Amino acid sequence: MISYDEALEHFEPVIGLEVHVELGTVSKMFCGCATTFGADPNSQVCPTCLGLPGSLPVMNGKAVESAIRIGLALGCDIAGWCRFARKNYFYPDMPKNFQTSQYDEPIAVEGSTEVVMPDGSTVRVDIERAHMEEDTGKSLHVGGATGRIHGASHSLVDYNRAGIPLVEIVTKPVIGPDSKAPEVARAYVAHLRELLLALGVSDVRMEQGSLRCDANVSLRPRSGGPQQPLGTRTETKNVNSLRSVERAVRHEICRQAEVLLAGGTITQETRHWHEDTGITTPGRSKEQAEDYRYFPEPDLVPVAPSTQWVEHLRQTLPEPPGLRRARLAGEWGFSELEMRDTVGAGALELVESTVASGAAPQAARKWWLSELSRRARAAGLELSELQVSPQQVAELQGLVDAGRVNDTLARQVLDGVLAGEGSPEQVVVARGLEVVSDDAALTEAVDQAIADHPDVAAKVREGKVAASGALIGAVMKQLRGQADAARVRELVLQRLS
Amino acid sequence: MSDDLLRLSGAALAERLAAGDTSSVEATQAHLDQIAAVDGDVHAFLHVDAEGALAQAADVDRRRASGATLHRLAGVPIAVKDVVATAGLPTTAGSRLLAGWVPPYDATLITRLRAAGLPILGKTNMDEFAMGSSTEHSAFGPSHNPWDLDRTPGGSGGGSAAAVAAFEAPLAIGTDTGGSIRQPAAVTGTVGVKPTYGGVSRYGLIALASSLDQAGPVTRTVLDAAMLHELIGGHDPLDSTSIDAPVPALVDAVRDADVRGVRVGVVRELGGEGYQPGVRSRFDEAVGLLADAGAEVVEVSCPHFDYALAAYYLILPSEASSNLARFDAMRYGLRVVPETGAAGGVPSAEDVMLATRAAGFGAEAKRRIILGTYALSSGYYDAYYGSAQKVRTLISRDFEQAFTRVDVLVSPTAPTTAFRLGEKLDDPLAMYLNDVATIPANLAGVPGLSLPSGLAEEDGLPTALQVLAPATADDRLYRVGGALETMLLDRWGGPLLDRAPALTAQPQQVPA
Repeated sequence: MISYDEALEHFEPVIGLEVHVELGTVSKMFCGCATTFGADPNSQVCPTCLGLPGSLPVMNGKAVESAIRIGLALGCDIAGWCRFARKNYFYPDMPKNFQTSQYDEPIAVEGSTEVVMPDGSTVRVDIERAHMEEDTGKSLHVGGATGRIHGASHSLVDYNRAGIPLVEIVTKPVIGPDSKAPEVARAYVAHLRELLLALGVSDVRMEQGSLRCDANVSLRPRSGGPQQPLGTRTETKNVNSLRSVERAVRHEICRQAEVLLAGGTITQETRHWHEDTGITTPGRSKEQAEDYRYFPEPDLVPVAPSTQWVEHLRQTLPEPPGLRRARLAGEWGFSELEMRDTVGAGALELVESTVASGAAPQAARKWWLSELSRRARAAGLELSELQVSPQQVAELQGLVDAGRVNDTLARQVLDGVLAGEGSPEQVVVARGLEVVSDDAALTEAVDQAIADHPDVAAKVREGKVAASGALIGAVMKQLRGQADAARVRELVLQRLS
Repeated sequence: MSDDLLRLSGAALAERLAAGDTSSVEATQAHLDQIAAVDGDVHAFLHVDAEGALAQAADVDRRRASGATLHRLAGVPIAVKDVVATAGLPTTAGSRLLAGWVPPYDATLITRLRAAGLPILGKTNMDEFAMGSSTEHSAFGPSHNPWDLDRTPGGSGGGSAAAVAAFEAPLAIGTDTGGSIRQPAAVTGTVGVKPTYGGVSRYGLIALASSLDQAGPVTRTVLDAAMLHELIGGHDPLDSTSIDAPVPALVDAVRDADVRGVRVGVVRELGGEGYQPGVRSRFDEAVGLLADAGAEVVEVSCPHFDYALAAYYLILPSEASSNLARFDAMRYGLRVVPETGAAGGVPSAEDVMLATRAAGFGAEAKRRIILGTYALSSGYYDAYYGSAQKVRTLISRDFEQAFTRVDVLVSPTAPTTAFRLGEKLDDPLAMYLNDVATIPANLAGVPGLSLPSGLAEEDGLPTALQVLAPATADDRLYRVGGALETMLLDRWGGPLLDRAPALTAQPQQVPA
């Protein structure tokens, strides 16, 4: 295949992104069933989400609220009146053989959002719409080579996911980033994740499918100028990691360029993304696309959020992530790089809580980005999954600041906290980790060290202060590290002066 | 004694039960015996639950004996149309696709019947998925009209109407999408009410057309209908389209039965050509009685009613094509697995869906699914479904305008008396025309009540009149219906059903 640079030489890429977000509501979109991830198959189902004859949907108010908040956070207009529709098609994991979804009357339209790129620049992405719908069940194809239906001997269906509320966020075509299109695609999805996390409407775990991305790509020839219409697009479905979003867009640009340069045409179609090989393969073409026979869902009443409610939700939106980052960087005195690392490590909230609990910002950042990041990596956990709270980290730093533990001891205290032995204070007491701050005891140890190393002591007396390190080391060893090395040094120099 | 119990209205039986003159077990058993005796001829029931009904009856008797406060209809047995989900009892909607399906849950109206202590005798026959006007489209064979076993009891709820007319049950539940309660009531000499849309929960009703379906009472008297309506009506949080307001005082309206000063509008478009002479003459006489009783009778025009049937046969099939999509053999019901798949080899899920739906749906269901699928298709939506919705709006406006001038509207319920089995089976349009007078109420969501108006002189079969009222003013149906019923009973010297021929008293095989 031709290189990315060569593709870019001839064509300008245009992208569009459709992101499905599973809302973190306690119950499903149209029934009271639980939404817990990973429950036993078909254990969270009822007549409604199984589509049993006679069952009816009832809207989840919390899901509507979340959808409105997402719309507001993306700068959208919120519809004063909108409806659900039925999208009719047959598939075994869809209990009613229609999906209850918004169609031509979405809850939120016409927004835009500023996406921050890794280099600190921003790209504006216009939002076409955000609409509500229900998720389908999950099919597991058994017996085939790759888990795909082709070659499978049979399929199992789990309806736990059927009826979980989704919000689909659709961008307008993103024109302008040009060669940066793959990075913009990635940055947009990352930005959306951050925004949804801040809203608290979803856990946005791409690996669990609570955020799923379809990437649209089209090319237009450089020779045609900026006024020419967009090229034929393809829609690559289910690109489910940030890295894959970037890779899939980049691949699709190269693939389409190759087809076009060879004199071929692009077919409007959906495409499958293959994580392992990094390529896309054809799915369904426009000609094969089903006629979904949308019509207004007669089992539900229209959604008509009052202006007061929408305004209340607008007033109580969290600070936009970009503004918040800038504000915190200023308050904390973080450099741009420090801030980006903090955000990148997923530590922003943790650092913020740690600072709020009394730790100095730089100290809080160091804990979360070095020692704790290392431990999380080793354990294969998210930072937030570590068994230590920001309050405990702040308390630990407090012990360091008060000189009650040194850095080495602090790490041992952390071991205890992570092992569930209690708060830092409790661990210090239980493990006896406090530094010896009693000067009499320290002086005794210093005298012992001088006596044990008369040659070293002589050098120090002669003014070779650097030699005192050996004596300090001996004292620290004798006290099993439980001493403030600076104070020990003072005492050594004092005795030998 | 037993025959005596059978001929009592629900309200009268309830009084006997309350007075301790009889027990629910005795009354329930009497009806089970009647079912055993006549249902071989009538075929009103698809499933009889003697055990469950008697258990409920015994429980009510026990509670009554212990002095518990009971619902006024407690212990009065009831039959339920087989389109209503009943936990533990087969529910087929008259379709082969659901033969043997036992729902794991109760419809809301069933929950209310059970809570009030009404023994459920069984499930009644119907046109498949409520599509039809004769019960001949049932996958399990037609029901027969107790007035003439060679004739249909109407449809789709022919089973419920026939059961009540044949004294197999004093009360029954029906559902009405375009007339499926009122038209069978009309041709069997019984009373049927379609409440205001949203007045009775649809939760647990196997949907035909969601925006039109409504459950309601099928009885022999207007008072019984009011009592049953009050019991099953009212808000249900499980149905988003359920009206969140108290049910009007229906029983009081029947008992008041005063029509002095009530403005009654005769709908010009629902009469005349296409209506059997006997239907028209009985209708005119009944309207005359209302005028005699002090009602102000005027003629009103609802010009768009002429388009109601056409609009209905686009909206209903559209919604039905979607509602019936779930019958795909994947989770419940019939499953037909073809020998090989369309592409050869092992059949796919799609092959199984196709084979099951081909074998499971009857001709009328297929006809309407195809019609609806077509009407919703891209490129046709605006011309068909879209236009039909506009007509629907115009029909609602006709009602609104009419109700600024009158309190209720009246018309014959059905254009003809009961027709013969097989007579219209091969002519869908002729079949559809049976509902020409009942359909407008469903399109507009307004309530309608049908009550017997007499017997047509040309064939001696029951005719009926329907009363229509504005949405949520269901009490008006009962006020006018109650008054008219009293005057007609006076004129007839007793219930119309007393004139129905006796059914064979030979014990018949009990349906399974």
